[in-house]
Amino acid sequence: MIEGKNISKSFGDRLVLENVSVTMEKGKTNLIIGQSGMGKTVLLKCLVGLIKADQGQVFYDGRSFSKMSFNEMKEIRQEIGMLFQGGALFDSLNVEENVMFPLSMFTEQTLSQKLERANFCLSRVNLENANKLLPSELSGGMKKRVAIARAISMNPRYLFCDEPNSGLDPQTAHLIDELIKEITLEYNMTTLVVTHDMNSVLEIGEKIYFIYQGKIWWEGDKHNILYTENKELQDFVFTSELTKKLKPKKGFGV
Amino acid sequence: MKFLFHFGRYLGLLGQAFQRPEKQSIYIRQILVEMEKLGLASVGIVAIISVFMGAVVAIQMAFNIDTPLIPRYTIGFVTRQSVILEFSPTIISLILAGKVGSRIASELGTMRVTEQIDALEIMGINPATYLILPKIVASMLINPFLIGMSMLLSVGGGWLAGMATGLFPTADYVNGIQSFFHLYDIFYAFIKTVVFAFLIASVSAYNGFYTKGGALEVGEASTNGVVYSSIAIIFVNLILTQILLA
Repeated sequence: MIEGKNISKSFGDRLVLENVSVTMEKGKTNLIIGQSGMGKTVLLKCLVGLIKADQGQVFYDGRSFSKMSFNEMKEIRQEIGMLFQGGALFDSLNVEENVMFPLSMFTEQTLSQKLERANFCLSRVNLENANKLLPSELSGGMKKRVAIARAISMNPRYLFCDEPNSGLDPQTAHLIDELIKEITLEYNMTTLVVTHDMNSVLEIGEKIYFIYQGKIWWEGDKHNILYTENKELQDFVFTSELTKKLKPKKGFGV
Repeated sequence: MKFLFHFGRYLGLLGQAFQRPEKQSIYIRQILVEMEKLGLASVGIVAIISVFMGAVVAIQMAFNIDTPLIPRYTIGFVTRQSVILEFSPTIISLILAGKVGSRIASELGTMRVTEQIDALEIMGINPATYLILPKIVASMLINPFLIGMSMLLSVGGGWLAGMATGLFPTADYVNGIQSFFHLYDIFYAFIKTVVFAFLIASVSAYNGFYTKGGALEVGEASTNGVVYSSIAIIFVNLILTQILLA
């Protein structure tokens, strides 16, 4: 479980997060949703320690991340896998080297053991026979899948995904969503996904936080999000013609 | 104030970079890779510039010595001294600041804007140590070889110029090269080279490491890396010359 308590963050005069508290549950895909520029990625980066919050605390299964020394933080980060928006694969390494990279840095495994693990992770994301390709030779969806394979190579306890579907076609986006959901269950991870894709919300949103103007505006799950009375959330959810059709008639609700 | 901010952050980055590596075998391999990328890949340009630099110095000396009171071997002597004391360590380092410095800054800048540096950090790897330390160590190890090669080729270039133009006889040139030789001059040149190599790698890395934005900012970081490492070289050259030759 990951808890963020009373997190605030400003950039200059601009308050991006204001007293945000969230709890990401173990074995579930937890979502942070909201419009662009509302502070979703900043919240994710505060939780993972890439941005230092002005105030507030972060706990990983009760361990206070905010009070850890640099070396303690390094240790906890070995339990974290992260999928970046663009994949963030290392350009100079091929697919299998990218996946083996954390293993090479932190384990004493032999090359054949690392290769075996890399092949397993790549097969887990349905990406066999791409081992020797360089990131520049991969499509957007393939990059995301390699990034997932790299993220799970160390059997992480926590998985962070920053807009995993951005720039992908609906089919590949669905595949990535399914993959995130499956590996979360399989490894009993605490998964946090930042997204503004309503398809993802309705597919994998087991716990959802809607962030608006730097504050948690709504909290729920994929089952009750369509029945919300919250105006800002309704504006966000029922934007497209497709989602407008999902809007329940008055009188229905959970 | 801005200078102090950047200087403080630069020292902070160096502090991060010079921390104990996570896994030494990987770092040793990284150093070898960087030596190839930053050093061996520069052999060609250093060789060409050195030969022509030596040739031009020798020809200019030959044209400027128009009195019989100055012996002809002075051409070889001055060419050797100019090349060892200044041209090879400083000019070639400035050339390397352009070639290697822009490469380092743009590589790290691109890694920053594509979140590859964040990815390293998330994995629990110190990105400054992993990315910058091997570049600094590799530059400090390989640059003395490049500069040593440059010295030899420049002196050779001077000899070739004499042969080709007939401005001075080989015997006088060789006599000049062998005259009044002090080993300390070589030591002085290599001290400068190692310090300049450190500056090129670290200043350029600093500019790349803190890039924010996109492609435009990567280009800016690359330019700044070259400009600031060149300025640092010229400034430190003055100080080192005063300290080591005074």
